Amino acid sequence: MQRIGVFVCHCGSNIAATVDVEKVAQMALQEQGVVHAEDYPYMCSEAGQSRIAAAIKEKGLTGIVVCSCSPRMHEATFRKCAENAGINPYMVEIANIREHCSWIHKDMTEATEKAVILMRAAVAKVHLNAPLQAGESTVTKRALVIGGGIAGIQTAIDIADAGYKVDIVEKTPSIGGRMSQLDKTFPTLDCSACILTPKMVEAASHENITIHTYSEVEKVAGFVGNFTVDIRKKARYVDIMKCTGCGVCQEKCPSKKTPNEFNRGLNLRSAIYTPFAQAIPNVPVIDTEACIKFKTGKCGVCQKVCQAGAIDYTQQDEIITEKYGAIVVATGFDTIKLDKYGEYAYGQSKDVITSLELERVMNAAGPTKGHLERLSDGRHPKEIVFIQCVGSRCSDDRGKPYCSKICCMYTAKHAMLIRDKYPDVNVTVFYIDVRTPGKNFDEFYRRAVEEYGVNYIKGQVGKVLPQADGSLLVQGVDLLDQKQIVKKADMVVLATAIEPNPDVRKIATMLTASIDTNNFLTEAHPKLRPVESPTAGVFLSGVCQGPKDIPETVAQAGAAAVKVIGLLAKDKLKTNPCTAQADELMCNGCSQCANVCPYGAISYETKLINDHGIREDRRVAVVNSALCQGCGACTVTCPSGAMDLKGFSNRQILAEVDAICR
Amino acid sequence: MQELILRAKELLESGEVVRVLGWRKGEHVYDPEPAFFNSAEALKEFVYNGFCGANLSKYMIEASKLEGKTLVFLKPCDTYSFNQLLAEHRVDREKAYIIGVGCKGKLKIENIKADGILDVEGAGYPDCSEMLTVKTLYGDVQVSYKDAMLERCHVCKGKAHKIYDEQIGESADTLDADRFAEVERIEKMSPEEKFAFFQNELSKCIRCNACRNVCPACSCRKCVFDSTKFDSAQKANATSFEEKMFHIIRAFHVAGRCTDCGECSRVCPQGIPLHLFNRKFIKDINNLYGEYQAGTDVDAKAPLVSFTQEDAEPSIVAERG
Amino acid sequence: MSVKSEDFRPVIVAFCCNWCSYAGADLAGSSRLAYPADVKIIRVPCSCRVNPMFILRAFEKGADGVILCGCHPGDCHYSTGNYYARRRMTMLFSMLDFIGVENGRTRVEWVSAAEGVKFSETMNSFVAKIRSLGPNVRLGDLRCKN
Repeated sequence: MQRIGVFVCHCGSNIAATVDVEKVAQMALQEQGVVHAEDYPYMCSEAGQSRIAAAIKEKGLTGIVVCSCSPRMHEATFRKCAENAGINPYMVEIANIREHCSWIHKDMTEATEKAVILMRAAVAKVHLNAPLQAGESTVTKRALVIGGGIAGIQTAIDIADAGYKVDIVEKTPSIGGRMSQLDKTFPTLDCSACILTPKMVEAASHENITIHTYSEVEKVAGFVGNFTVDIRKKARYVDIMKCTGCGVCQEKCPSKKTPNEFNRGLNLRSAIYTPFAQAIPNVPVIDTEACIKFKTGKCGVCQKVCQAGAIDYTQQDEIITEKYGAIVVATGFDTIKLDKYGEYAYGQSKDVITSLELERVMNAAGPTKGHLERLSDGRHPKEIVFIQCVGSRCSDDRGKPYCSKICCMYTAKHAMLIRDKYPDVNVTVFYIDVRTPGKNFDEFYRRAVEEYGVNYIKGQVGKVLPQADGSLLVQGVDLLDQKQIVKKADMVVLATAIEPNPDVRKIATMLTASIDTNNFLTEAHPKLRPVESPTAGVFLSGVCQGPKDIPETVAQAGAAAVKVIGLLAKDKLKTNPCTAQADELMCNGCSQCANVCPYGAISYETKLINDHGIREDRRVAVVNSALCQGCGACTVTCPSGAMDLKGFSNRQILAEVDAICR
Repeated sequence: MQELILRAKELLESGEVVRVLGWRKGEHVYDPEPAFFNSAEALKEFVYNGFCGANLSKYMIEASKLEGKTLVFLKPCDTYSFNQLLAEHRVDREKAYIIGVGCKGKLKIENIKADGILDVEGAGYPDCSEMLTVKTLYGDVQVSYKDAMLERCHVCKGKAHKIYDEQIGESADTLDADRFAEVERIEKMSPEEKFAFFQNELSKCIRCNACRNVCPACSCRKCVFDSTKFDSAQKANATSFEEKMFHIIRAFHVAGRCTDCGECSRVCPQGIPLHLFNRKFIKDINNLYGEYQAGTDVDAKAPLVSFTQEDAEPSIVAERG
Repeated sequence: MSVKSEDFRPVIVAFCCNWCSYAGADLAGSSRLAYPADVKIIRVPCSCRVNPMFILRAFEKGADGVILCGCHPGDCHYSTGNYYARRRMTMLFSMLDFIGVENGRTRVEWVSAAEGVKFSETMNSFVAKIRSLGPNVRLGDLRCKN
């Protein structure tokens, strides 16, 4: 028989305002085995915890129930408290009377009744709790960063600087990511490439960093500290060791009709290509879809012109398998597709472009060599209209419900840069709100308005109509002046919503990391653990977690790195003791459980079993507790109930059911 | 039948097998029972006729633990059960010498509505007749073989043995009904009618555990209903829900593993059509996850230990009405 | 036994997986998204931990409705747990329907950690459904009722 103590937390007024905490404590004393019950304003406080410790010692408690906030909040706190007071941490159960009770119910009688039932269920469970010992597992002192944009690069450099090995896996032929496509950055207007390339070089030359470009994560197995990852290194058809990066192959390649992805398809590239001049590695890849040699068997020009003999048409994809202790997701973003936004004439007129396309137009290495010109006829535009929130803050399913966060600032940047370089160009911005929270952000926006004379109009654009003379008729509304606006423009720039890289869903599934309805990865806690995924050992860096600008991304990348370093610095990790265990006397050895185990944690042994005097060799299931993650799939598959889950045993759950239904 | 005995004697004498698992004469012609025969001498008690419905595969679990090989006679439908046990590592193929024995449909004495039965003529094997002559205290009664057959024979899975070392005897095609017709009839009832139907059937249950004991899939060393781990080991029913709980869970535990051998219904002393639970699951599995017959292929992954990403949602139950 | 639906306070057990739905319920709580107090949550590591026996036991002991919430298919913390749960629950619900238990008494809903609103809406609609069905008599003690 357990000696149970029940501790009811007021959580200030968070619980006590709707739940009669004294009554819950009183009712607890009527439960079997409860020898102590009390309520206290803040159980999680040091004073609260010392009351628990004191009761454990004075009343000889063997089990603890804390009626408080969610176990996801303070279970660890109270377990530690119990452990320090001398009882096993797994003898603690939490009744969640805040998130699941006081915060959602208004009626005190009703909420108190429910709190009592939740308390009873926890007491019923703790009666059946058994002390559990956490096992230990080792830590592979190497990290994997998925994505080689600024987030991934920064995380990798920070981890590498701390002395740990890091691999970056980047899908495209070069690291650099979205930032490499940007021309200038806000609010300082420094050149994006000028601040990014040194970082790229630093990563590439760092002795602790290995970069796998043109590669993708294929499979992830294992768990925190012990991930095994298969990486597909796609065939480049260029020997990375031999290539000198001279670029002759790209010059001579006769197939030059492929839209250039790096320039957002605004110009064309050759079949053998490096995405941009500062690419790292500066080694081209052959696009087999475009390559004449691969399509027809004839050509082979690049091989002929390559002095280094680096071209190898026989190269195959290669799968490498590596072990990691931690994985950082830094998969970044893309802009949404605009096919549902026909009213803006994107796709109908070449002079309606996205902001990211404008970045390329403004860039000296871009399709217009940095000259601001209309893509339809090369004319210099006189009137440019920016449309904000295209697909952001959208209430229907055409766009995204969230604010993309970066658009207000980059539009102010674009407007300012255009006005600075071409004072003859008029710039008009249609906006819903201008959001500028950030250091020096509002000052920056005000400069655009006050010093550069950018015309901001609060209101949405209803339609963009391409005209016969090549101009664009912009129909909008000025909400402040309450009037319709029809404006003739030479160019329209759409602040297109950003969304997580579509590949992230696949990666999240492999990592068993959770993801929200917008495909952003979920953090372990929105406020307190913003760079960790709920999946142990998986960390989040950059826009994959939510819209961010560059400084925020870099800050988060550093934070993720610190978390990784903290993990890799440990020699041993405590493993979850809530693992499955087979009762050898009851096991049929039928292998059904192994069929459903996602971790391959169940194997079978033939053992001499003494079943109440009958000694015989039996095939029985054996769970490797280092591999078992405690999902419980096996326990339900097992018809005899031989397989059970420690901490969530059949009897414990049934006891909770009984207590609730009683 | 003599052919089977002769072959069994040969195998015993050659030392190929050390015992024979077959059927022994009962008190009456219609109640032969499964039995082990350890010598040629003992085989004089051996019988194989229309009343040998008992599926012997489950006895191979124990036989697999014994020294030497056991000769076992398996009817076509029994071989599915043997395969399923093989898939679950419960029987040892090396310990079994399987004679696939022919089958012309098995009889159920309860289907012969006569009092004071002394003997049933025409139920032999391989020679059986279309009409059975039932000798009773009150004279002879004629019953057609077909009408006296077990329900499961009317929906026979086929006459091919799925596993055997040798085959003896011819089989007859007895399939003449739709396996899922009764399940469909119940599915079409209103919830009230369904409830009344099962309430009536299950209230007859006396929890004798015959269904559990005969079922080749219900072969757990320790049944969950005898286990303290689930607090479900009451010997007397605490509530009448116990029967439903028992039969639903039993059907659930064998779902995807049940070969539909029909032994549960054959042995139920209360005549509850227990096979309907299993058939309902088989029908759902076939409809939702693709046709699946347990015991056909030893390497097949059972439906409830596999999945596809596109599986139907549980709400389909409400949606299909 | 006839109970007027407005007086009827059903007993509802909600099994929630630790990683998605329990967190979704926490989010519903911290966002103050109300749902009836009739719902009592039991935390399980994964939807695949829920044994059909737990559900039948709840009914046996007096529950009027049982709902199982887990991560969305494809998002299971343990990769595949909810896929097994999905098949198992489909089978169980189908069997309950087959024996004449009203099929609204059981439900599976996938609720992510970010879906506090969905959690609250799901519970509101489930409670409304159970209230409309009235007390569970078919799975309770039925002896001597014939």
